[in-house]
Amino acid sequence: MLIGRTARPASVVQSRAHHATHRPWWLILPTLGLMGVFLVLPLCVVFYEAMSRGLDPMLAALAEPDALSAIRLTLLVAAISVPVNALCGLAAAWCIGRFRFPGRSLLMTLIELPFSVSPVISGLVWVLLFGANGWLGPWLDTHGVRIIFALPGLVLATTFVTFPFVARSLIPLMQDQGAAEEEAALTLGASGWQTFFRVTLPNIRWALLYGVLLCNARAMGEFGAVAVVSGHVRGQTLTMPLYVEALFNDYEWVGAFTVAALLSLLALVTLAVKLFLEWRMDLHHESLL
Amino acid sequence: MNLELRDLHRSFGGVTALDGISLSVPDGEFLALLGPSGSGKTTLLRVLAGLEFVDTGEILFGGQSMRGVPARERRVGLVFQHYALFRHMTVARNVAFGLEIRPRRDRPSAAAIRDKVAELLDLMGIGELGGRYPDQISGGQRQRVALARALAIDPLLLLLDEPFGALDARVRKNLRIWLRDLHDRMGWTSIFVTHDQSEALEMADRVAVMRAGRIEQVDTPERLYAEPINAFVHGFLGEAVRLDCPVRDGRADLDRFGAAPIATSLPTGPAVALIRPHEIALRPGPGAARVTSIHVSGPLHRVRVSVNETILEALLPADAWMPSVGSTCVVDLSRARLYPGNSIR
Repeated sequence: MLIGRTARPASVVQSRAHHATHRPWWLILPTLGLMGVFLVLPLCVVFYEAMSRGLDPMLAALAEPDALSAIRLTLLVAAISVPVNALCGLAAAWCIGRFRFPGRSLLMTLIELPFSVSPVISGLVWVLLFGANGWLGPWLDTHGVRIIFALPGLVLATTFVTFPFVARSLIPLMQDQGAAEEEAALTLGASGWQTFFRVTLPNIRWALLYGVLLCNARAMGEFGAVAVVSGHVRGQTLTMPLYVEALFNDYEWVGAFTVAALLSLLALVTLAVKLFLEWRMDLHHESLL
Repeated sequence: MNLELRDLHRSFGGVTALDGISLSVPDGEFLALLGPSGSGKTTLLRVLAGLEFVDTGEILFGGQSMRGVPARERRVGLVFQHYALFRHMTVARNVAFGLEIRPRRDRPSAAAIRDKVAELLDLMGIGELGGRYPDQISGGQRQRVALARALAIDPLLLLLDEPFGALDARVRKNLRIWLRDLHDRMGWTSIFVTHDQSEALEMADRVAVMRAGRIEQVDTPERLYAEPINAFVHGFLGEAVRLDCPVRDGRADLDRFGAAPIATSLPTGPAVALIRPHEIALRPGPGAARVTSIHVSGPLHRVRVSVNETILEALLPADAWMPSVGSTCVVDLSRARLYPGNSIR
């Protein structure tokens, strides 16, 4: 493993030198072209359409109470599900990365489950559990608890769909680092929490932030699972992606594209931060050598 | 601090790692745990540090039972095989760690910690490295940092897991002498794990030879080498050849190797003779041994002879009688040690 890492920079240098004289343009140009059509163009269209009637209609669209409510709801859902996933993901990664126990590989597979299940099903599960005709629906109804078509349902669906991000970004790193530093801290007299905050956390902070970032991006942008449990009540249960769809269906182009542009902006910021974190993790990784 | 181990047992899911370890280590001793990999020596070290627990048995530190005492309360300084330095902290912060995490009432002042760290780094001969990060220093330096970090908490017992395993040969040699000196000067009680017999014999006051979770023999290096208790210990400490030699009526039969029988108190039955190359003597005469090669290495000559399809290697001093390649001679195995059983084991 170490050899592999040390060997990497050398091979990169080599391949750079090799390709400097002979770049495979016939591969590079089509790739750039495809990226332009599929990735850059849509983004440009979103911003272009949003601004097609000038700045005022855009600001007006964002000032709509329904738009503000959608933004608030999206932030709220993310604010609940991201920390929950950060904690649970960290705990899961710690278990898997540090211990050998029966059912460990099963747990690893289960963590990945939300990625392999269609988001619609991820939403439907909660409807079947907590919906009016679901298993627990009648009981919840008599006690006046609303989960489906309300905030708890949105949070549940979002949390489920975004669960793997943090765990997945941490497990390889924690397996790689091993428990020796934590054990060293223990023998030096550190308590469990001191070990966690002074040794474990600093070693995984960039990977943790990376996972949280991806988790957040998905939590704010999630459509499928949330659409199933939302109920589509304007001003109440529409998150930003759902609101975009609702506006679009009502032919409110400027509004739809304005909110879409806001979401795209989030994606761009995420991308920038992601690049920064990857750069930091690489630095950190090199210090592992 | 003296240390007492009583009948320690530990198994991991059916695999026995410790199988009845009893040992007492007096205050100030430098003890080596020597054994092949998988013999349980690292497990024993981790058990002492409190990172692993025994199924049954008792560990006493200075007469006090360590049952239920967690690692962080044992005051054991553990130097890990790969040092396990905190990579996100400078060398100085690494060394200070054990002091900085103490609860406020037990924690020395910041100035006292700084002084202690400086003192330890000076003691280790790396006073100028305090501001560096672990990835900016060499393996030998990392090892000294790990030792300084372990010593910062004034441990009652110092444990070293393969302390020189990750270092190249020359650095290793120097560090051995340095560490042994330091141990004597500071009056520590230390236990180190190694699979390198020369390291154990050179450094330790006593060596515990381990195999399959058991201690086969604990003794001073001299006695271990001169009087190994069984064939395993004999074979593990230094070079030796094993020869099957059935015992009949108090005589071990070495006829197959063209050597005279050896008188023994072993009962009639299978036995094995172990002899080190420098204990094998060659004498002129019409023997069954044919010299196949002679290598001169320093003051000794390594002479290889073949007797009835068995190859024996003898180390002869340069001034001894020397046969020529292709000639025959008599093999003298009278200095062999005999053990019951056969060489399969």
